[in-house]
Amino acid sequence: MKALVLDRRRLRERAIAWITRRQLPEGRTLRLHRRCIYILPTRQGYTFALILLVMLLGAINYSNSMAFMLTFLLAALGANAMWHTHRNLLGLRVTRRPAQPVFAGQTAQFVYTVENPSRVTRRGLLLETLDGTPVPFDVGARDETQVTLDLPARRRGVLRPGRLRLHGRYPMGLFRAWSWLHFDESVLVYPKPLPMDQAPPFAGQDEGESRERTDPAGEEFAGVRGYQPGDSPRHLDWKALARTGDLYIKQFGEVSGGQVWLDWDQLPAGDLEIRLSMMCHQVLQAQAQGLRFGLRMPGLELEPDTGEAHQRRCLEYLACFALPADACP
Amino acid sequence: MSVAPMRLEDRLPARSGALLWVIAAIGVAIVPHLFNQPVWVVLTTVLALAWRGGVHLGRLPMPSRWILVLLTILMTGLVLGRYGTLFGRDAGVALLVLMTGLKLLETRTYRDAMLVVFLGYFVIITNFFYSQEIPAALYMLVAVFATTAALVRLNAGEGVQPARESFGLAGLMLGQAVPVMIILFLLFPRLPGPLWGMPQDSTTGVTGLSDSMSPGSISELLQSDAPAFRVSFTDEPPAPAQRYWRGPVFAHFDGRTWRAGRETEIDALPLLPDTDGMVTYTLNLEPHERRWLLALDVPVAVPPDARMTEDHYLVADRPVRRLVQYSLASRTDLILEPELSEARRRQALSLPARAAPRAQALAQAWRAQHEEDDTLIQAALRHFNEEPFFYTLSPPRLERDPVDQFLFEARAGFCEHYASAFVVLMRAAGIPARVVTGYQGGEYNRLGNYLLVRQSDAHAWAEVWLEGRGWVRVDPTAAVAPERIEQGIRIALSGDLGAPDFIRRSLDWGMVRLQWELWRDSIDYYWSGWVLAFGPERQEELLERLGLGRLDWRGMITLMVVLIGAVVLVFAAVFLWRNRLPVADPLAVVYRRFCRRLARAGLTRAPHEPPMDFARRIARERPDLAEPVAAFTREYVALRYGAGPDPERFGQLRGLLRRINP
Repeated sequence: MKALVLDRRRLRERAIAWITRRQLPEGRTLRLHRRCIYILPTRQGYTFALILLVMLLGAINYSNSMAFMLTFLLAALGANAMWHTHRNLLGLRVTRRPAQPVFAGQTAQFVYTVENPSRVTRRGLLLETLDGTPVPFDVGARDETQVTLDLPARRRGVLRPGRLRLHGRYPMGLFRAWSWLHFDESVLVYPKPLPMDQAPPFAGQDEGESRERTDPAGEEFAGVRGYQPGDSPRHLDWKALARTGDLYIKQFGEVSGGQVWLDWDQLPAGDLEIRLSMMCHQVLQAQAQGLRFGLRMPGLELEPDTGEAHQRRCLEYLACFALPADACP
Repeated sequence: MSVAPMRLEDRLPARSGALLWVIAAIGVAIVPHLFNQPVWVVLTTVLALAWRGGVHLGRLPMPSRWILVLLTILMTGLVLGRYGTLFGRDAGVALLVLMTGLKLLETRTYRDAMLVVFLGYFVIITNFFYSQEIPAALYMLVAVFATTAALVRLNAGEGVQPARESFGLAGLMLGQAVPVMIILFLLFPRLPGPLWGMPQDSTTGVTGLSDSMSPGSISELLQSDAPAFRVSFTDEPPAPAQRYWRGPVFAHFDGRTWRAGRETEIDALPLLPDTDGMVTYTLNLEPHERRWLLALDVPVAVPPDARMTEDHYLVADRPVRRLVQYSLASRTDLILEPELSEARRRQALSLPARAAPRAQALAQAWRAQHEEDDTLIQAALRHFNEEPFFYTLSPPRLERDPVDQFLFEARAGFCEHYASAFVVLMRAAGIPARVVTGYQGGEYNRLGNYLLVRQSDAHAWAEVWLEGRGWVRVDPTAAVAPERIEQGIRIALSGDLGAPDFIRRSLDWGMVRLQWELWRDSIDYYWSGWVLAFGPERQEELLERLGLGRLDWRGMITLMVVLIGAVVLVFAAVFLWRNRLPVADPLAVVYRRFCRRLARAGLTRAPHEPPMDFARRIARERPDLAEPVAAFTREYVALRYGAGPDPERFGQLRGLLRRINP
C-alpha cells in the first residue's frame, strides 16, 4: 500500500516535471507569465455548468426569453470568470529568501516574497508544496507579501521543498488557476542533537535524576568517549552503562592544552545516525562552553578552532556525513 | 464523533462576512416571490436566513440535524398540501425557495455556501416564469449583481475585501459578459418549446377570447385593460370604423351558446398586392393559451406554422403560449366565399327548433314585408336603433331563453347579445349568418407608431351571406351605440356605471397621464417585440435581415462561435494593450531609428562608432545633412548623458529626427 502511494507520488512528480519541462529550476525570482499558468474548472465549476444546463432546458421548455437571457448572461459570466481567475495569478513575481539551517526534527521555514506589480489586488492565493498544507495570502496592488512555508525536517541532510504550487480560484470559484514554481533551493538539516544519556535505551529505561553537568572537581563537561583501560572509574558514565551495557568515560575540562578533540572513534559503537546525533550534541555543547574544539571523523580532521563559522563547518560536515553526493550541496 | 479537521479551502472565510452577503443576496432574490407564492413560503425562508445570520454573528446556535430533517419534512408536507403536487411551476418554485433557506441553515463549509449561491441564481430565474416585464427584468439584474458580488466575496479568501471592490468586480465581470450574452441570445439555435408537458399552471390569469360565446363571455374581458396585441402598419392605419380584428368564427348555436365548427383548412386567399384595399402590418400577439391568431378583417396571408380555416380565421399549429410576432396582409374589399355550398348554407341557417320562438316569429314577419335580403337587414338594424335598446356592460341576467329575453324584455346588453340576437333573427328569416368574435378599435400610439388593442376592446359582430357579395360584415352594436365603433369602448361606456374603474378613470386624467401611458406602452411594445417574442421565427427573420439568408443550426452555431471569438479577441487585445510592457529604453529606440534612416542612404554607423564621431563623419560625407544630424546628435547626447528623462525634450528629439531626410 505504501509502495503504491509512493509510486503515485512519483508518477505525479514525473507528470509535473514533464508539463513544466521547459521551466528550468530558477535561481531567485520567478515571474508568472502566461505560458506557465494552468487552469481547470473546480468541482463547483462543474456544478455551475450543470445548473446552467437545467436553466437552459427550463428556458426552452417555457419559451421564456428572459430565462434564456439570464442563462446566457450567467454562461458568459462563468466563461469570463476563467479569464479573471487566470489574471489573478498573471504577472506575479515570486522571490525566494535564503532559508536557515535547522536540526532534524525541527521545522524548516522557507520564505518567499510575492510581488504584485499590477493595479489590482490579487486575492485568495495559496502556496503549498506537493504534500504540505497550503498557506493563504493576498497581495495588494503594487505591493508585496511574505509567505512562509513550514516544512518538517525529518532527516539530516539536504531538504528541498521541490516544486511549489501557487494557486487560487478567486474571483468566482468556478476555475482554479495554478502555476508550478521550481526554485533551485535547499536547506541543510543538521543531525538531531542527542545527549549521550538520552540515547535510545537498549535495556530497561532509566528514571534517574537529571544528568549532572559538572564533575565534583568543578571542571566543565566536555564530551564522552569509550572506556579505555586505565581510565578513572570516577569518570565512568554510569547512566550510559545502565542503558547500553557498555562503559563510557565522561570527559571534562581542558583535556590537552585548552583543546578538546571530539573523536568519532571515542563514541560508543552503534547506529550511525545515533552516533552522529551524539557528535552533534557534543559540538553544540563545546560551542556553548566556548571551548576550542576539533572534529575527528573518519577521513576528516578539522583542526581545533572556535566561533560560529567553525561550528557551522562541523555541523555541515555532520549533516552530510556518509550521504550520497546528490543529497548534499 | 470525531470531527476531521477541515481543509483550509473548505473553510468559510470568516472575517469578511461573506456568508452575510450570501444571505442578503438570497433575500433579494426571493422577495419578488411574495407576489407569486403564499406568504408563508417567503416568510419561512426569510426566517431561515435570519437564523443563519444570527449564527454567523454568534447570537444563535446552529440548528441540530434533527430540527433540519423535521423542517424539511414539514415544508415538503405544506407544499404538498397547498399545491397537491411537488412538481410543476408553483410547487417547484415553493420547494426551491424553502430548500434554499434550509440549505443555508446547514451551511458550514465553503462548498455548502457555493451551492447556496448557485441556488440563488436559480431562484432568480424562476421569477421570470411569473413576469418578464421590464421592472421585473431590472430587479433581477440587481439580484444577479448582488449574488455575483456575494460569490466574489466568498472566493476572496481570508483577507477582508472592501465592499466597493466586491461590487466593482462583480459589475465589471457582468458588464464584460453582456456582449457574449447578446450573441448567444440572438444566435443560439432556438427550439420551439415545450420539451416536455407544459404544466397547467405555467400561465396564470391569461385572458383572451374564449372558444365559445354565451351572454356575458365577452363583457368579462372588458374588466381587463391588459394588452391583447399591438400592430404596426406598413402604411397608414385603417380608419377607426374599419378596425375589425377577426378572431374565431362561430356557426353552431344551441339556444344559448355559440361554438365554432370544424377547423377545415383552406388555401390562402389571393393576395393581389396592387389593390387599394390591401393592408400589410406586423402584429405582436400576447399569449392567450388558444390557437387562433388575430388578424385585420379579412386576412389573406398565412403566417408560418398557421393555417387558414374555412371560416377565414387563422389558427396556429400550437397554442400561443408566449408573445408571438407575425407579419400579415389583409384586404377589406374581398368577396368571401362567393359560392356557398349546400352543406354550408344549411349550417349557416340552422337554429335549434325550440330556441327563441318570438324572435323567429318576428323574423318571419319581416321576411313577409321585405323580399330583398338587404332591406330586411336594414329593417333589423332599424329595429335595434329605434326600439329602446341600451348598450351596457351590466345587463340583467338572462335565464331561460336568452335571445328572446334580451330582444323583448331586457333590451339592454353588450355586443355579444346584439350579435347573437341578430344572427338568430337572420337565420330565422332565411339569410345565412354567423357570429364573428374578435376585437374592434384600438388606441393609436403616435410615439411608437403602432396600434394597441386591449382585452377591453373585445367585440362580437355578425356576418351574413348575400348572393353575389359573399359574407358581409354587419355590426348590430353600431346600430345601438355607433360611438362604440367610431370612438372606442371608453367613450361608449363613459356614462355606464357598470363600466370598470380604469375606463372611467382614464377619462378624468388629463394629457399628462396620456403621454406617460404612450411612453410606457411604446417601451413595452419594443421590449415585447424584440426581447420577449424572440423565438425561432424572429431569429430567422433577423438573419435574413442581416443578409445571411436561411442558416440551419450548424450555420448558426458557427456564426455564434465566430462572433464570440471576435469578442474575446477584442477583449484580449484591449487587455494586452493596457498591460503592454513599457519600452525598456525609448531613447535607444529613437537613436536606432535615426541609424536605420541613415543606413538606407548608405551611411551605416560602425558598431564601435560613438554618436558624435558618427555625426562628424556624416558632416564630411554628406554636408547637406550636417546641420540636422548634428542638431539631433547633440540633443540625443544631452538627453542620454545629461538631463534625465524629460518628456518635452524627448518630443523635440523626435521632431529633430523628422528633419533628417537623406
